[in-house]
Amino acid sequence: MSDFEPVVVVFACDYCAYTAADVAGRMNLSYPTGVRILRVPCTGKVEPLYIMQALQKGADGVMVAGCLVGDCHFKNGNLRAAARVKRVQTMLDDIGIGGERVAMVNVSAGQGAKFAEIATEFSKKIGEMGPNPIKQGAKAAA
Amino acid sequence: MITAERKPMEEIFRSVEPFGKILLVGCNECVTVCHAGGRKEVAMLASALRMGRLKQGAPLTVDEMTLERQCDPEYAEELALVVDQYDAVCSMACGCGVQTVAERYQGLPVMPMVNTAFMGSSEKNGVWAERCAGCGNCVLGMTGGICPIARCSKRIFNGPCGGSSKGKCEISPDVDCAWQLIWDRLKQLGQTELYSQIMAPKDWRSARDGGPRRIVREDMAI
Repeated sequence: MSDFEPVVVVFACDYCAYTAADVAGRMNLSYPTGVRILRVPCTGKVEPLYIMQALQKGADGVMVAGCLVGDCHFKNGNLRAAARVKRVQTMLDDIGIGGERVAMVNVSAGQGAKFAEIATEFSKKIGEMGPNPIKQGAKAAA
Repeated sequence: MITAERKPMEEIFRSVEPFGKILLVGCNECVTVCHAGGRKEVAMLASALRMGRLKQGAPLTVDEMTLERQCDPEYAEELALVVDQYDAVCSMACGCGVQTVAERYQGLPVMPMVNTAFMGSSEKNGVWAERCAGCGNCVLGMTGGICPIARCSKRIFNGPCGGSSKGKCEISPDVDCAWQLIWDRLKQLGQTELYSQIMAPKDWRSARDGGPRRIVREDMAI
């Protein structure tokens, strides 16, 4: 399992986390290459289905990265996202994939270092959990 | 609307266990509004089923379809072209939709994916509450537009029981006493005289006590 490099999909809010990731890049801070960032207009736009489909298509973990609480450009999109992430986590626990594979995080646009740190930590955690269990099941069924 | 909630995943997995290919069918009406069985919920459940079964090493093919109104035979007919390809139909509609599909496709198992709850309305986003018991003899005109059958825990007429305290029902501090609501509303409307009109014991034959009900409109029949 030591050569396992998890794929982590990050749904990053355009107003904060996406910019924070950009700042991290400009600061030459590195985070695991398996972290794939998708820009969204607000984390409130992240449907639970997006998270499910990311995992279904092979992601090992999903992070929804929104603005700091109280700083959402659209007032409460990040709070809605947090509630949706919680619901998806419950469903993932119920189906045996593991709710911990999904996380909601909050960073501001200037927090490049924090973004790199969170992305690295989450990627490490997913690495310790191992690959998305559907991959093993698919192999066994093949 | 008719409200419903998705069944627990464990029960859903058990019910689809014998099958390898299913058609998951949603409904565009009530269950879409209460976020239990519309197109989005169908997609979510389909994704969960595919992943859950893949994890078990027993892949399940799940195709998705959402009908305009699953409780009408003409819409249920839309399944006819494809339904033969599946081991079962899994319905995310209310019990009426499930039964309409089951009646039309007699040779195919039709499994319910939601628990149908009650006839209610939205109190706010994400909150639905019971408002009508379908008793077949509406008294809302006498009770300020608040139903003593659907909203009183004891379904009583002619005022509150002894369990009403500070506007709440004895079953829970979160439940309003329907008769308190009725009185407040009648006062607001200046119709308190309605409260003193004694309502006769209800004839429950128009409700479920008279057996399964039907409405027949000869003028509408084709």
